[in-house]
Amino acid sequence: MTSNLLVYLIALPLFGSALLLLAGRKTDKWGHLLATALSAGAFGVGLYEFSQMLSRANDQRAVTQKLFSWISVGSFQVDAGLMLDQLSICFVLLITGVGTLIHIYSIAYMSHDRDRRRFFAYLNLFIAAMLLLVLGDSYLNLYVGWEGVGLASYLLIGFWNQKPTYATAAKKAFVANRVGDLGLSLAIMISFATLGTVSFAGVKAHAGQASTGALTAIGIMLLVAATGKSAQFPLQAWLGDAMAGPTPVSALIHAATMVTAGVYLIIRSNFIFDAAPTAQLLVAIIGAITLLFGAVIGMAKDDIKKALAASTMSQIGYMVLGAGLGPVGYAFAIMHLLTHGFFKAGMFLGAGSVMHGMDDEVNMRRYGGLRKYMPITFATFGLGYLAIIGVPPFAGFYSKDKIIEVAFNMGGIKGVTLGTAALLGAAITAFYMTRVVVMTFAGNKRWDEKAHPHESPALMWVPMVLLALGSVASGFLFTHGNSLVNWLAPVVAPNPAHRSEMLKPAVVSILALVVVLIGVGIAIMKYLRADVPVVAPEDVSIFTKIARRDLLQDDFNEAVFMRPGQKLTQALVLTDSAVIDGAVRGVARMTKGSGSVLRNTQTGFVRSYAMWILLGAIGLIAAIWVVTL
Amino acid sequence: MNSANYLYVAALLFTIGSIGVVVRRNAIVVFMCIELMLNAANLAFVTFARINGNLDGQVMAFFTMVVAACEVVVGLAIIVTIYRSRRSASVDDASLLKR
Amino acid sequence: MINLALEVGKTAAPEATMFWILAPLAVIAALGMLLAKKAVHSAILMAWVMITLAIFYIAQGALFLGIVQVVVYTGAVMMLFLFILMLVGVDSADSLKETIKGLRPIAILAFLGFGGLIVSLIGRATIGHPAVGLDVANASGNVPALAELLFSKYVWAFEVVSALLITAALGAMVLAHNHRVTAKPTQRDLSILRFRGDSLASAAGLPNPGVYALHNAVDVPALLPDGSAAPTSISAMLEARGDVIDSSPFQLGQAEDVEGEDK
Repeated sequence: MTSNLLVYLIALPLFGSALLLLAGRKTDKWGHLLATALSAGAFGVGLYEFSQMLSRANDQRAVTQKLFSWISVGSFQVDAGLMLDQLSICFVLLITGVGTLIHIYSIAYMSHDRDRRRFFAYLNLFIAAMLLLVLGDSYLNLYVGWEGVGLASYLLIGFWNQKPTYATAAKKAFVANRVGDLGLSLAIMISFATLGTVSFAGVKAHAGQASTGALTAIGIMLLVAATGKSAQFPLQAWLGDAMAGPTPVSALIHAATMVTAGVYLIIRSNFIFDAAPTAQLLVAIIGAITLLFGAVIGMAKDDIKKALAASTMSQIGYMVLGAGLGPVGYAFAIMHLLTHGFFKAGMFLGAGSVMHGMDDEVNMRRYGGLRKYMPITFATFGLGYLAIIGVPPFAGFYSKDKIIEVAFNMGGIKGVTLGTAALLGAAITAFYMTRVVVMTFAGNKRWDEKAHPHESPALMWVPMVLLALGSVASGFLFTHGNSLVNWLAPVVAPNPAHRSEMLKPAVVSILALVVVLIGVGIAIMKYLRADVPVVAPEDVSIFTKIARRDLLQDDFNEAVFMRPGQKLTQALVLTDSAVIDGAVRGVARMTKGSGSVLRNTQTGFVRSYAMWILLGAIGLIAAIWVVTL
Repeated sequence: MNSANYLYVAALLFTIGSIGVVVRRNAIVVFMCIELMLNAANLAFVTFARINGNLDGQVMAFFTMVVAACEVVVGLAIIVTIYRSRRSASVDDASLLKR
Repeated sequence: MINLALEVGKTAAPEATMFWILAPLAVIAALGMLLAKKAVHSAILMAWVMITLAIFYIAQGALFLGIVQVVVYTGAVMMLFLFILMLVGVDSADSLKETIKGLRPIAILAFLGFGGLIVSLIGRATIGHPAVGLDVANASGNVPALAELLFSKYVWAFEVVSALLITAALGAMVLAHNHRVTAKPTQRDLSILRFRGDSLASAAGLPNPGVYALHNAVDVPALLPDGSAAPTSISAMLEARGDVIDSSPFQLGQAEDVEGEDK
């Protein structure tokens, strides 16, 4: 099946971005409206395609569109082609749907910013790049979108780049992403070298012929790419700093969509990971580590956005874990991705709404008791909260419990370890999310008299309400009659035949609920029953201190990579200036010196030239004299 | 007598001419020295013709004379032109090549 | 003289005599040309070297070349040199003081080295047979034999050389041609120039050189009424050359001394 509409998904927001950036201040008055309309238009196209898809048989649903022949070099043939299948449409609807809501939200949120038009241009650019990422029919097309979202992310994190720390945060995100991008480009190169193709269909068809070693290499490189983009261990350090960007950006890019690109990449490459068990196991381990890592950091953060960022990291860890569990986990990883897209975006928008009402204060220790002043924000945030900690029947309950269940059911020591990690993560999630909600909305007010917390305008709370509805209902919708699993079946091919049941779903659900309740209970004991100090206490355990420092990941990076890198660079600079430049300058100096010596022979007097000729003749005759001797 | 003696004379005259080119500054004298060198070469040619018993050497000397005549005509014209603009026949004064 | 030289060339002993007289003279004349201060002297010595060489040519059976040497070199080329010398005149270039530092000693060393090397090379050279002589080659006469060679074997070179000669003649004409930048002044222009000057001293023309009863020449300045010499009455060139004769002895009342002096 082909469709000519796919290109408009990308072209609409790309056009908006180009127009707003190129036309400049002339579009200040209506630029944000145009950008929102174009994003909504893309959503409309997505909905249309979705409806068309629904009307076809399950194995006929994928559509493609070839735009043009992009690269044609010998055996290396790449078309700029788009492909929309059951997996892509999930992302398309998430990106354009949540994206449109956040556009609407941003109209109000950014209304006082003089660069609002530029902000919307970047948002549209992001939407276009992200759609290209999920619609590309080959790794190379995906790579273009991958870099595009990296650029948009960089531009938006550093949107207020007049503050040096924000600009640095943007740079940090960009550099960390580059490390991951290197993995993706290597994966593409290995794929071409061993399989001779980079298109998804081609790789899928040829994957069986390649050696396990090559597939493992591709898989590990794809995993490196995913860790960079999705802020997974060990490349996760940038996500916390990325909260420097405006809150809608955090909601859209650093919670709902871009950071899930790594999960998309892994699941899109399921044919590689299924054939490379080592790489797949590594994916699951990385996911498990990150979900605990993020959760621990989340417990220690007082900045509401950074706490949510740590939570994002942790939740993506769940998705990566799910993706690493093989065919049985793919659909649940996607399900968690979608539900997370709703509730995390909703909570970020809630956090933005709180900041909006509190004069951009982000320290939760200076909040408290806000539920009376911001009832709608409290309600939507609370629904998101219930979803994320996994209280039935909210969305997170369905998706997260499924991942925990699948992890346990992997069997053996692997299953127990991963399952326990996931379960522990759920408990910690419950703890830190309760902490966030309690510190923000409950308890005594700890803010200055100067602050006048108020509810946000309708343009802001309507998207929040819509997202909250999604966090409430999406989980049920996705699991009702295994709808999402069946929907995705043609793409990721689940294999339920070999499922070993270590724990029954009900047992897992009860276990999860118990640990969640424990986590909630501890948090309530600690933060609702006791007073929260306005200034973070310093007499805390070493673990808390480490957690506050992002589990020393920055320090580790600095000590292991940055300082030696700096030393290496200094040594290289020294080598460059002393050896290479020295040689170059030496040659120059030698030339100059010999030139100034030889210049003395160039007197301009014809008689001295004649003398040289004569001396040359003498030399010649002397040579003859010697030769004929 | 030994014909090689002429060759020694030619060698000496040639050497004197070559040194004259280097040492003298008057462009006309320099030219005369060049003529001397050409004449020394002619003497050598004529001597070689005699030694070898054919007239090819003399033909060479004849051609040399023609070429020398051409060279003198053009060279002296150049000297006159230079003198007209620079008011000097010194080869040292025409040292613009350095700057 | 030519016949004599031819006769000398026929037998070995007279040729040796001639050689040992003329060769040292030629070398000395060449050295003199190198060392002479005045370019005119150099030219005269050069002419002598060329005549000597002409005799050598004739002595070696190159009658035609000997004649051509005298006609072309000594006659035409050297006259051209002298003509240009007259045109260019005398200047500082005639000084033998070396201005380029270090050139003189190098030149002397080069003289010794070059001369020594080439002379020792000739000394070592082995021709492989005694001198053949040109008796056979010149059997029908030197000029016909040379002509035969020139118009058969070397005809192509001959034609090329003739083209070169014409090109050189044209080149010399182009080089020597002097473009007038302004129009040639007419008599009217010159007249205006004379009267529009700063003073009217030259309006009537320059005074003649001195015309005296005992001496009448262009190199003696005229006397002004106060008895001093009029500097404008003689050519500035003569003055520069120092060829001006003091005119004070020709003053009225001092003529007797001059008369005595002249005798």
